[in-house]
Amino acid sequence: MTSSPAPAARLARPLIELREVEKYYGDYYALRKITTDIREGEFFSLLGPSGCGKTTLLRCIAGFEEISGGHLSIDGKDMEDVPANKRPTNMVFQSYAIFPHLTVEENVGFGLRRDPSSKEDKARRVAEALEMVGLKGFGKRAAHALSGGQRQRVALARALILKPRVLLLDEPLSALDKKMREQMQSELRKLQRQVGITFILVTHDQEEALIMSDRIAVMFEGEIAQLDSPERLYRRPISRKVAEFIGIMNFLPARVLSTGPQIALDVAGLGQIAIDAEQCPGTPRTGDASVGFRPETMTVLYEGDPEPSRGKVAQGTVEEVVYFGDMSYYEVRLEGVEKPVQISMRNVVGRPVLLRGSRTRIAWEAGALVLFCEPKA
Amino acid sequence: MKRRSFLRSEAGHGLLMLSPTALYATIVMAAPLVAVFVFSFMTPGYLKVVWTFTLNNYAKVFSSPIYTALLGRSLLTSGVVTAVTVLTAFPIAYFISFYVSPARKSLWLFLITIPFWTSYLIRVFLWKVILGYNGVINSAFLGLGIIHEPMTFLLYNMNSVVITLAHSYAPFAILPIFVALEKIDRSLLEAGQDLGESRFMTFIRVTLPLAMSGVVASVLIVFIPTAGDYVTPTLVGGANGQMIANVIQLQYFKLGDYPMGSAVSITAMAVVTAVALIFVFLNRRFLRGPK
Repeated sequence: MTSSPAPAARLARPLIELREVEKYYGDYYALRKITTDIREGEFFSLLGPSGCGKTTLLRCIAGFEEISGGHLSIDGKDMEDVPANKRPTNMVFQSYAIFPHLTVEENVGFGLRRDPSSKEDKARRVAEALEMVGLKGFGKRAAHALSGGQRQRVALARALILKPRVLLLDEPLSALDKKMREQMQSELRKLQRQVGITFILVTHDQEEALIMSDRIAVMFEGEIAQLDSPERLYRRPISRKVAEFIGIMNFLPARVLSTGPQIALDVAGLGQIAIDAEQCPGTPRTGDASVGFRPETMTVLYEGDPEPSRGKVAQGTVEEVVYFGDMSYYEVRLEGVEKPVQISMRNVVGRPVLLRGSRTRIAWEAGALVLFCEPKA
Repeated sequence: MKRRSFLRSEAGHGLLMLSPTALYATIVMAAPLVAVFVFSFMTPGYLKVVWTFTLNNYAKVFSSPIYTALLGRSLLTSGVVTAVTVLTAFPIAYFISFYVSPARKSLWLFLITIPFWTSYLIRVFLWKVILGYNGVINSAFLGLGIIHEPMTFLLYNMNSVVITLAHSYAPFAILPIFVALEKIDRSLLEAGQDLGESRFMTFIRVTLPLAMSGVVASVLIVFIPTAGDYVTPTLVGGANGQMIANVIQLQYFKLGDYPMGSAVSITAMAVVTAVALIFVFLNRRFLRGPK
């Protein structure tokens, strides 16, 4: 699996090394032999549905859960027998875990008790941390009088003031409303670049993971299904399951005729085509398979539109139209395919939304297709 | 018109619903208190009250060493009882809240109430059996050859009063602390450790301050009634374990001096109230709830 690291992670060495890390509760495996590296300075996300083990993995890194097997090291140091309070990690909890009996200032300065610096120095650092998260002047407020967004900022300041090697974020944005969440996503991203600390984010929101991360580990049932950059994860998902979890993917039944540097396929609704071997992230095999494509990679053509210069054209019928303002979502039944596919189009002035039942041509490119050769479940 | 609308308002409904209880409380609690208060300023006469105003009773209360000594001993005893009860109740409440699985918590709380299934009087009496000269402890220790003659410091002094009262009031102390501990978000404790503190320091800096509202409630619930307890010192206190309630009983029912008994009662109430208020004031920062 190759990936294109983001600039921040380019010269990176592994900061966290996970070697066959396991966690089980009785018969139940929460984590199954996870082996991966998390690099210095990257924004790393653990993405998956609830119960996939992503939070367990985060808590193992933080030291709140003991691993049942394997090795976990941070900064070259094995973390076995190192309790949570001695690890170079700090956490932003899902509930934020702001101490209700303390003021904002006391919360942010909580971890500085054993710091040898002077009282004035500590007060200055608390003020700086508050300013960094946009809470200048909030120091004297009671913690319980804060809004959800403000609590989150306090939690961030409280963790970052200790300059951890790794900041762990456990679904930090799930309790915020949509607008606040979007704002915090970009703020967190900026903050991470600014402080240069490795962030590990746990989320079940694929959009959030795509927006924020350098790399994403998609987890299912205690295993990492795919670890890649957001772009590769979106364009070249390794399995149908990953493809379905990240955004929308249409699937067409297909038959693989031959493999090699070029793979020959017979795809329902699209006909006989050839694709690059690179377009099959798994192992190509001849026989029954499926081909996936993202809704925005196909274009609904209007009557009188010229044939596209690149790519090919398929025939179909518009079954359903959903108008979204800037976008329209079409459900189109391709000729010879039972299940309609979803195609999204940017709305343009002068091109009215097509009506239901319209016969239409669909422009598509072989390069946008992904081949899944996994056996049918 | 205006009157009708008040009775139909929410406040009106509230008052209507409250009034039977308020009436009951006034008759059975406030009225006797007022009577005692009035009696305390009247002149004593054997088995009756002479209706002439006087401050003599209070002068006697404060000048005679017996009352101040007994009051002091009452406060000391209930102070020790409170300390023992709350300090032993805290680990129990902590254990139930933090270590008992949620499914079993109700069972544990239920078990804690078991002592209440027998009468208070019988429970006190049983302590007499346990602590007595020929009691369970002495017989056992004699039988085991650990001691050669019965220990006499067990019964009929302040020790026995403290042991008996601490046992009687334990559930009252456990429950408020348990409730306060239950309300603590467990992620706060993880946050404490995450921010570099050991389990012990997290307890000191996070758990304890957040449990203080329960501790304060426990202290008041134990301190206030034990300061005026009468049954326990009577049965297990002996001469050196007598408390202020015993002298009030003496004044009322043995000497028939109602005004004097009332003055002692009012003084004791005032002192206990003052101590309780000072305690609450000292702990006021723990009692501010979230708005």
